[in-house]
Amino acid sequence: MGNIWKNIVSNLGFARLIIIGFLFVLVLGAAYFAIPLGPLLSAALVRTGMNGIFVLAMLPTINSGIGPNFGLPLGILCGLVGALLSIELDMRGMPALLFAIAVSIPMATIVGLGYGWLLNKVKGSEMMVSTYVGFSFVSLMNIGWIIMPFASPEMRWPIGRGLRVTIALEERFASVLDHLWDFNVAGVVIPTGLLLAFLLMCLLMWFFMRSKTGIAMLAVGDSKNFAQASGLNVDRNRLLGTTMSTVLGAIGIVVFSQSFAFIQLYEAPMTMGFPAAAAILIGGATVKRANIVNVILGAFLFQSLLVVSLPVANKIITVGGVAEIARIIVSNGIILYALTQVGRGD
Amino acid sequence: MAQDNYVLEMQGIGKLYAGNRVLRDVNLRLKPGEIHAVLGENGAGKSTFMNILFGMSVIHSTGGFEGSISINGQEVSITSPYDAMNLGIGMVHQEFMLIPGFTITENIKVNREITRPNIASRLFGPKLESLDMEAMNNDARKALDTVGLNIEEWTKIAGMPVGLMQFVEIAREIDKANMKIIVFDEPTAVLAESEADTLLKAMQAIAQAGIAILFITHRLDEVMAIADNITVLRDGALVKTLPKTETNTFELAELMVGRKVEKIVQTSDLQVKTDIALSVRGLKVLMPGEVVQKVDLDVFAGEILGIGGLGGQGKLGIANGIMGMHPAAGQVSVFGTRLQLNDTKAAYNAGLAFVSEDRRGVGLLLDSSIEANIAFTAMQMRNRFLYRLGPFTHMAYGQIRRHALEKIKELDIRCTGPMQLTRRLSGGNQQKVCIARALALNPKILFVSEPTRGIDVGAKKIVLEELVRLNRELGMTIVMTSSELAELRSICHRIAIICNGNVEGILAPDDSDVDFGLMMAGTYHKLRGREVV
Amino acid sequence: MQVEIKQKPVAIVHPPASKRARLRAFLFDNMVVLLFVLLSAVGVWLSELPLGFVAMDLVSRIARNGFLILALLIPVMAGLGLNFAIVLGAMATQIAVIAVMHFGIGGLPGVLLTVILATPMAILFGILIGRLLNKTRGQEMITSMMAGFFANGLYMLLLMVMVGTVIPLENPKLMLPHGIGILSTVDLAIIRQAVDNIHIMTFAGFMALVAALLGIIGLWTHWRQRGTRRPGGLRAAYFAGGAILAGLSSLLTRSPDSSFAMVSVPLVTFAIIGLGCAFVGFISTTKLGQDFRTVGQDQHVAKVSGIDVDRTRLVAMIISTVMASWGHVLLLSNFGNLSTYGSHESVGVFSIAALLIGGATVTKATVGQALTGLILFHTLFLVSPMAGRNLLGDAQLGEFFRAFVAYGVIAAALAMYAWKRTYAARKQLNS
Repeated sequence: MGNIWKNIVSNLGFARLIIIGFLFVLVLGAAYFAIPLGPLLSAALVRTGMNGIFVLAMLPTINSGIGPNFGLPLGILCGLVGALLSIELDMRGMPALLFAIAVSIPMATIVGLGYGWLLNKVKGSEMMVSTYVGFSFVSLMNIGWIIMPFASPEMRWPIGRGLRVTIALEERFASVLDHLWDFNVAGVVIPTGLLLAFLLMCLLMWFFMRSKTGIAMLAVGDSKNFAQASGLNVDRNRLLGTTMSTVLGAIGIVVFSQSFAFIQLYEAPMTMGFPAAAAILIGGATVKRANIVNVILGAFLFQSLLVVSLPVANKIITVGGVAEIARIIVSNGIILYALTQVGRGD
Repeated sequence: MAQDNYVLEMQGIGKLYAGNRVLRDVNLRLKPGEIHAVLGENGAGKSTFMNILFGMSVIHSTGGFEGSISINGQEVSITSPYDAMNLGIGMVHQEFMLIPGFTITENIKVNREITRPNIASRLFGPKLESLDMEAMNNDARKALDTVGLNIEEWTKIAGMPVGLMQFVEIAREIDKANMKIIVFDEPTAVLAESEADTLLKAMQAIAQAGIAILFITHRLDEVMAIADNITVLRDGALVKTLPKTETNTFELAELMVGRKVEKIVQTSDLQVKTDIALSVRGLKVLMPGEVVQKVDLDVFAGEILGIGGLGGQGKLGIANGIMGMHPAAGQVSVFGTRLQLNDTKAAYNAGLAFVSEDRRGVGLLLDSSIEANIAFTAMQMRNRFLYRLGPFTHMAYGQIRRHALEKIKELDIRCTGPMQLTRRLSGGNQQKVCIARALALNPKILFVSEPTRGIDVGAKKIVLEELVRLNRELGMTIVMTSSELAELRSICHRIAIICNGNVEGILAPDDSDVDFGLMMAGTYHKLRGREVV
Repeated sequence: MQVEIKQKPVAIVHPPASKRARLRAFLFDNMVVLLFVLLSAVGVWLSELPLGFVAMDLVSRIARNGFLILALLIPVMAGLGLNFAIVLGAMATQIAVIAVMHFGIGGLPGVLLTVILATPMAILFGILIGRLLNKTRGQEMITSMMAGFFANGLYMLLLMVMVGTVIPLENPKLMLPHGIGILSTVDLAIIRQAVDNIHIMTFAGFMALVAALLGIIGLWTHWRQRGTRRPGGLRAAYFAGGAILAGLSSLLTRSPDSSFAMVSVPLVTFAIIGLGCAFVGFISTTKLGQDFRTVGQDQHVAKVSGIDVDRTRLVAMIISTVMASWGHVLLLSNFGNLSTYGSHESVGVFSIAALLIGGATVTKATVGQALTGLILFHTLFLVSPMAGRNLLGDAQLGEFFRAFVAYGVIAAALAMYAWKRTYAARKQLNS
């Protein structure tokens, strides 16, 4: 018995066990406080689908040796521009969503290539550089949101210049995926369209990881020297990883926004990379290696934690913002823990 | 009746690295002012011996050492370089322990700065004492003058020529009070000839002042020029210690190299081939530590060509350069067709393959399975083991599995199955996986570097026999680079010896030990005076 | 010990560079600073603000942030890079100041009590972050950044959830209506400007004082170097130049009609900053400072030479965190108001951006660069909104621009450092 326990601890890692344990306690707490679990599960599923593609975006960069993509905001900004364009062109519903995605992909590809070129020049410091490049670009785009020539009154401030901070999507493409083919079972609403979109992207990534190019990328991330000795171009594979991640970021924000029912501009994208990185790490990934299971499991665990913690905490103490504190501690804590594990086994 | 006064006595020194015996019962005695040379091939144990004397952590964190060390008759315990320094032992390292961003003075005085107390230090402790830059500069000036360097002591190390940096290292050791012994580790390896002469004269002057010198080298002419006594190590054991006056270069060469050679193949097997599989002209490779200056070589189709030589002389650079692992220049042709250099993919496309000397760092994905490793390069370079549909590909797991099982059987890879992670395999089995990976490409020419490094005796034989089988049964041309002369002499048709980045000569396996020793020491032509290619 | 080696002396002679080459080198080395001098000057001109107003705001910003930026210098010296975790020191101070507000102690005693309460916490935090950084060698900056975020979560947990529950505290003035958690703004009126108000000088008077001080230091530096072999370089000249500039500005602003008349300089606060500079300078001349530098240059050589590398890095982090906490005391007391969950957040980013603008890099930062960067950054910061409004019609654009500058400067410095690291490694191989 002790041996099995030791195996589990060493495989999962100390911090992960704490988080899983914490979630378990919270669920028990919810049951104890007679908080209905059905709506909680529904919310967890929606949030998993909503954030899942961001978590998936961490996978290509981790596996190609760049680490978690803290510069995800770059892709997110491209996706936002795509979404804004769909509103500007007065599109609605599913076509609007698909258009937003289609338009943001080429943008994200170009941005991803440039960003990837930079990351290739700064091997060893990718995490730091990507964080601050992300921050700089969000600040730059803040200026962009003000001076970009969008005309739609839905998006602009009624008086003054520039776009609003939040733009409602009710009339546009809010919840088109969430409500697509959704159904109710035992008090739990399953947002089928949303989950299918997420799982579809995961499936595509899974196939990619088993292709010749995907295997090459994995090798580059595992051992640059081995990859080079096998005739591979290390820089090109890293570039591929970064570009894929940026494109996923763009697609991700469109899916996220439709679920959230609002487009958020200005400061919102700035720290969106961190929770995604935390989620994939919680799912069992390390800074150097991740798989699809890490993505799905991590996204679900992380979001469940947030969803369950709020009502349970409210029953114990009436303090606003506890969920927010939990999110900050958990997500930054797991990333910090992952950083301390980097030196091992080299 | 007079008791000899030895400043250093090392007795019964032995070292075991995780089951691998690297040194066995070595003794060495040193008198004050004596210059004592330590000769040996790679793997003879010289560096380990010095690391033990100097208290390097690589010794103590791996189980310490056997034997005892005495300074001036007193047994001592040295567990850190700092201890060694306090006991009067200094070391001029092969890789300089200099800080490029610091001045000469700061380098000379690292952690031995001269300080003066001040108010803060009286209250808060000695770490806050003020640095006395003037006094330190003066000391540095004295040390520099002593080694004859007319540079301002506040010059930064960065950008200094390597020869001068070496003198700064020496200046640092001389500046230390109570130096009794200075160890020089391959001091002339990075120097030009004139700089080397200056260094040797400096060493003699230091010895005359009463400081004993231990110097590790492979350059026989230097040894004969300045050493008083010579110790020859081989395979971790002491071969002989003798005064210079009682020996000569030839004897030293033979002692360094000679051993019983076990023949795996009979020379009567060998046929003379005339097609040239690989032609190399003017090859220059910038591989750190194994620089190739100018190599001209022809490899005949169907032969096993050995490339030997001492460490750091460039032999490992040849295969790595041709395969594009390190920047290379020159002309290389494969079966008559010119090969594009600095392009690993082109090398594979030309029918070359290689097994790197760095098994763990370059040869394997340690956290991947045996089957994944074996299939990898062939998949990427030859599109084997894949299903294809237009631009999309998907790994053919079945094919990969079957191929791996075949190879495991053929090469007798001891494992729990094709899914086992290569990290878990023993050195010999890891090597077999590397070979299997290269073979999956069906190469015309196979480069193998250090094929039996770190492998136990039984597995060594199997690997070598496999190489012979590939050559005899499949007619594969093999270029084998190795530090172990014995194994080269046991399976190769011809052996090229590399010294100073050039081909010193090509010998037959049967040629005398002396010839091999002289070639490896680079003094073959000086003494023999004939060309052998 | 006498060793005589007879050989021809080897000399390395550096031919004196031509004037043009020296000028070009000067421009290249100081590219960043010159760029920002230009940018700030343009910003001041565009904002159309009277110089005296700019000076007034700048003086209070420097009073607030001067000591904080000095906390970044020692980790750079010790090879730990830019210390994004100085926010930990700020958090220690904020916890202390809340306690002091609870006890209701004001004025100078209140400030001193804050320091006394904050320091042990800062030391503890410094030890924790130091040990963490020793575990993540090679990734110190990302670790200190994430540690800052993580600690922020713990800090919020402490002040928002644990105060009133696990920590029994009742103080309706400080706490939220439910009785749990500290208010999101805490008025610090009782200690407001306690240090500042000890003595206030006019701008002209202050500049005269500065001119005198710089003049004295310059003369002393010059005199000390007369006897030594090594040429002193431009050090004395910088001080002399500074003294002249200060003296001129004092003379030009003496008139009571000048817009500088309303500028009030808190002398004691600036004196404390001056002491901070002297402290960092002093450390550089001690054995401890040399240990920092040795460890910062090459950990392996340091270790082989017998220096306790881990402990040296730990001490560097402790000093940095404690200095940050003291600096934050000055910030809060000058400001007079605490945003419980926000005052500490941008402390790291702004101080680091300022340091980099002053010409510092991830591996080298001096007191002079800190002070230069401080002035340039905060000038740019305070004129950006007005400049934005006058140039582009929108003050917001100016604000976004200054945020972009702060992040961008850090991104560029990090990229340059990383690029140089890989470039240096490749160069070493090729030589």
